[in-house]
Amino acid sequence: MSSVVGSPAHDGAASARSAAASALQASRQRMHAKRKRVNAIALTLSLAAMAFGVFWLIWILVETVRLGIGGMTLSLFTQMTPPPQAEDGGLANAIFGSITMVGLATLLGTPIGILAGIYLAEYGQKSWLGSITRFINDILLAAPSIVIGLFIYSVVVARMKTFSGFAGVLALALIVIPVVIRTTENMLALIPNALREAAYALGTPKWKVIMTVTLKAARAGVITGVLLALARIAGETAPLLFTALSNQFWSSSLGDPMASLPVTIFKFAMSPYENWQKLAWAGVFLITLGVLALNILARTFLRNKH
Amino acid sequence: MQRSEPRKQPPGRRRTMPWADVVFSALAHGAAWLTLALLAGIIVSLIVGATPAIKEYGLGFLWSTDWDPVQNKYGGLVMIYGTLMTSLIALVIAVPVSFGIALFLTELSPAWLKRPLGTAVELLAAVPSIVYGMWGLLVFGPLLASYVQQPLQSLFAGVPYLGALFSGPPVGIGLLSAGIILAIMIIPFIASVMRDVFEVTPPMLKESAYGLGSTTWEVMFKVVLPYTKTGVVGGIMLGLGRALGETMAVTFVIGNMNQLNSLSLFEAANSITSALANEFAEAGEGLHQASLIYLGLVLFFITFVVLAFSKVLLARLKKGEGSRA
Repeated sequence: MSSVVGSPAHDGAASARSAAASALQASRQRMHAKRKRVNAIALTLSLAAMAFGVFWLIWILVETVRLGIGGMTLSLFTQMTPPPQAEDGGLANAIFGSITMVGLATLLGTPIGILAGIYLAEYGQKSWLGSITRFINDILLAAPSIVIGLFIYSVVVARMKTFSGFAGVLALALIVIPVVIRTTENMLALIPNALREAAYALGTPKWKVIMTVTLKAARAGVITGVLLALARIAGETAPLLFTALSNQFWSSSLGDPMASLPVTIFKFAMSPYENWQKLAWAGVFLITLGVLALNILARTFLRNKH
Repeated sequence: MQRSEPRKQPPGRRRTMPWADVVFSALAHGAAWLTLALLAGIIVSLIVGATPAIKEYGLGFLWSTDWDPVQNKYGGLVMIYGTLMTSLIALVIAVPVSFGIALFLTELSPAWLKRPLGTAVELLAAVPSIVYGMWGLLVFGPLLASYVQQPLQSLFAGVPYLGALFSGPPVGIGLLSAGIILAIMIIPFIASVMRDVFEVTPPMLKESAYGLGSTTWEVMFKVVLPYTKTGVVGGIMLGLGRALGETMAVTFVIGNMNQLNSLSLFEAANSITSALANEFAEAGEGLHQASLIYLGLVLFFITFVVLAFSKVLLARLKKGEGSRA
């Protein structure tokens, strides 16, 4: 019922009120519109950031395939690294050296990493040694790998007076250890305590509980960690530069300098020779393919098991 | 019902290798100690190796710009500047982008896209640095030179200060390219830490803000970000640690020139890691080698502090979660 006809004065006050109200309304709407605008801009930028991240991955992969696939010939795997401006040649010695050093480093680093991971998850969860080891390990995980190379140089190469494949293996193993420790500990920590208690209740000694119950239950995760470590060192160049050095010829002796794929790529890519650069792209293609395959394998492995 | 004959004696405790427990425990302890010994070994060997240079130059090494193997005079400022500057450029680019990616992955992405996109970003971290290096030198550098550097240069030519920043030969090699490539390399590390800490924000907190009518951006920027700021800074520090120690990608694109006359971002420069990668194997024993190890020690010290800071921040966030839960 608003059919009341007010006095003029009354009317004026009402209109002033309604003007104020509509001004308030307008400013609210402006505010609202501004907030919506800021939100829209921010979300668009977020979408752009996502696209930016994926863009680089795709670009790098496409270029690697485009420039590297031409080098995929049989001679790449059968012939030695050529001198500059030679007609043919391959990367056989570098591929062999890489596989040897990466394989041995994984064999060497994995048991130590798993044992230390077991210590962190099963023995020293709360102890001071456990906390310090965990802290130090996280730092070693991200520490510059070239410093590992310096360390092995002064401990091994400078003593033995020669660069050697053996020193390269040691340097790579030191990079494997922190990766394996981290995943082993994380995976063991996921195993429910009831499992351990059940095994202890049967009178099982601790080492057997760990080896046959907890470690077995965490197997998929531990293997994932090893695969990731493998992928990490397969592309490592810096720690090999002054440990294994490189070798232009076939060398299967760990006491001599040994060629590796990443170091060969480094040398060839920085050179002005066309045949070397072409081989470097072929090597980059191989390494990228291998590392990404290992990563995807590790991921699917873990997903299927959980 | 036939009663079974009671056993004469309780089954003896099967004594299977009573020493096994002791040995296994000792092995596990030993492996943990080995990790600590590794760190100690790295520090000690760096200090021992750098001793001749430390004795010769002391801390003055850090702000001397001489680097002359011929006259056997060394100072590390050029490399230290290069390392810090490239990492700074990388952070300026990577932090906002990583925040955007983490925001997208936690709030915007449809559920079915979360996993593939998350994996794609993580694969960016898996690509070996030598691949980034070669791609940066031969593919990205030339494009950067003609499509970014030359326009920037003509735009800022004559502008004081800013013009100087963009002077120098626009050849796609130098501090700027190294910084951009480092940024691409550390985005996955920062983004994945940010995503993880955003995901542990209690849903109640976010829902309350949404319930009051906040927009997605306001929830992220005014609720989630303040709640997770220690974790976010921890993630940024982790990325910084990576950027400081990255070797191959930087060595390819930084140009390896020992100069500090021009502060231009386009100018070729040098970093600690690339100096080590290029010179160490050829450096004769003596002051040259010791100076390079001194640089390595400085690098290790900086990354150690940055990474330790990052770990402490992330651990504090975790502890805070525990008390609030």
